Amino acid sequence: MKTLIVILISSAIVNNVVLSQFLGLCPFLGVSSQIKTAAGMGAAVIFVITLSSLVTSTIYSTILYPEYDYLQTIVFILVIAALVQLVELVLKKYMHSLYKALGVYLPLITTNCAVLGVALKNVTNSYNIIESTVNGFATAVGFTIAIVMMAGIREKMAYNDVDHAFRGKPIVLVTAGLMAMAFFGFSGLIG
Amino acid sequence: MNSCMERLYNGIIKENPTFVLSLGMCSTLAITTSAINGIGMGLATTVVLALSNAMISLLRNVIPDSVRMPSYIVIVATFVTVVQFLLQGFVPSLYNALGIYIPLIVVNCIILGRAESYASKNPVLESLFDGIGMGLGFTLGITGVGVIRELIGSGSIFGVPIIPLADASAGKAGYEPITIFVLAPGAFFVLAGLIVVINSFKRTDRRKGRQGSLICDEESCFTCTNWACPENKNDNKPEYVIKKEALLQKAQGGRNS
Repeated sequence: MKTLIVILISSAIVNNVVLSQFLGLCPFLGVSSQIKTAAGMGAAVIFVITLSSLVTSTIYSTILYPEYDYLQTIVFILVIAALVQLVELVLKKYMHSLYKALGVYLPLITTNCAVLGVALKNVTNSYNIIESTVNGFATAVGFTIAIVMMAGIREKMAYNDVDHAFRGKPIVLVTAGLMAMAFFGFSGLIG
Repeated sequence: MNSCMERLYNGIIKENPTFVLSLGMCSTLAITTSAINGIGMGLATTVVLALSNAMISLLRNVIPDSVRMPSYIVIVATFVTVVQFLLQGFVPSLYNALGIYIPLIVVNCIILGRAESYASKNPVLESLFDGIGMGLGFTLGITGVGVIRELIGSGSIFGVPIIPLADASAGKAGYEPITIFVLAPGAFFVLAGLIVVINSFKRTDRRKGRQGSLICDEESCFTCTNWACPENKNDNKPEYVIKKEALLQKAQGGRNS
């Protein structure tokens, strides 16, 4: 239980997936201009990463390990791509309201490097299936925290007069840098 | 041969993936703590990009359109695994420094982006050179970021001391390295600074007449504005996008009449 809580806090806050590991930057920079869409993206990412961590770590520990672990990159990326398609189909058929809320973001997630990154991290840290799932969930929560905060700042920033050279990506990157510095404050949380 | 040279020029200068297209941001920011890591990552990506471009171009008439993305992903992942083992065997220090970011080359937007937008439509030789050009452009970009971060953050380039460092115990005056630049926030600041410099040279109205994606920012990930973008699938369009489009059409119609 204790290890699970440590994983939860360290993946969600201390080693934030975007701000300290730079995974999932594409959606972090691209889909963060409104809080509403950012929260939708975050929810979709939580859903997909938790599920894909569960599935990839199950596959790794039951099928791939120890003989075929050189296949992990290929297998993981295919499993993730298939999973995203499957989730999209299932949601569309059975949970239409959830599909309406998350559907747009699902295809964007296949190329989100955080999903593959988490799956590979679970392997390198040799987490078991439960730990992997918790790690996936926590990482995705960390992503959601970061992207929603960024969207909040950007909504305010829209009213500011930003110099033309800084407009768009640079000012977002500077903001992200400042947020990353703020997140350093958490690094003492887990010794 | 001329078209191959044009591809190289296009990749390195005209459509530089790091500075112009803003692709492959994850590895650009994550591994550029030193210049040597930048070169290593850049060259690994170049090899994968060139080989997968050539392979996809060879198979472009064989792969059915409906399963092209999974096929591309398998091809790319295979080459990435090969490169990963070569690095592990021959340059273990680089392999350890890059760590998890080597397998993550698979999801680098540059590779799938080039596969989809160039290699799947063009002959083998051009595709190969397109891959090499884009890869070298990427190498140039991330090595640049790495050089700046290493210089400011530890006063050296490629591990060679450039600025004499201060040494308090010996009472020597000198440069006090700004460590934050080799840590996570520094990556964001350096990249922001570089894009600012480039933006101030560019004309501001460069994208006149081109309507970008409505969900994603105009300059965000290539894949967003390309195959993965939900806007390309009509039934997925969220309400606010439909509203926005209607408004845009109205505005344009008003101007035309």
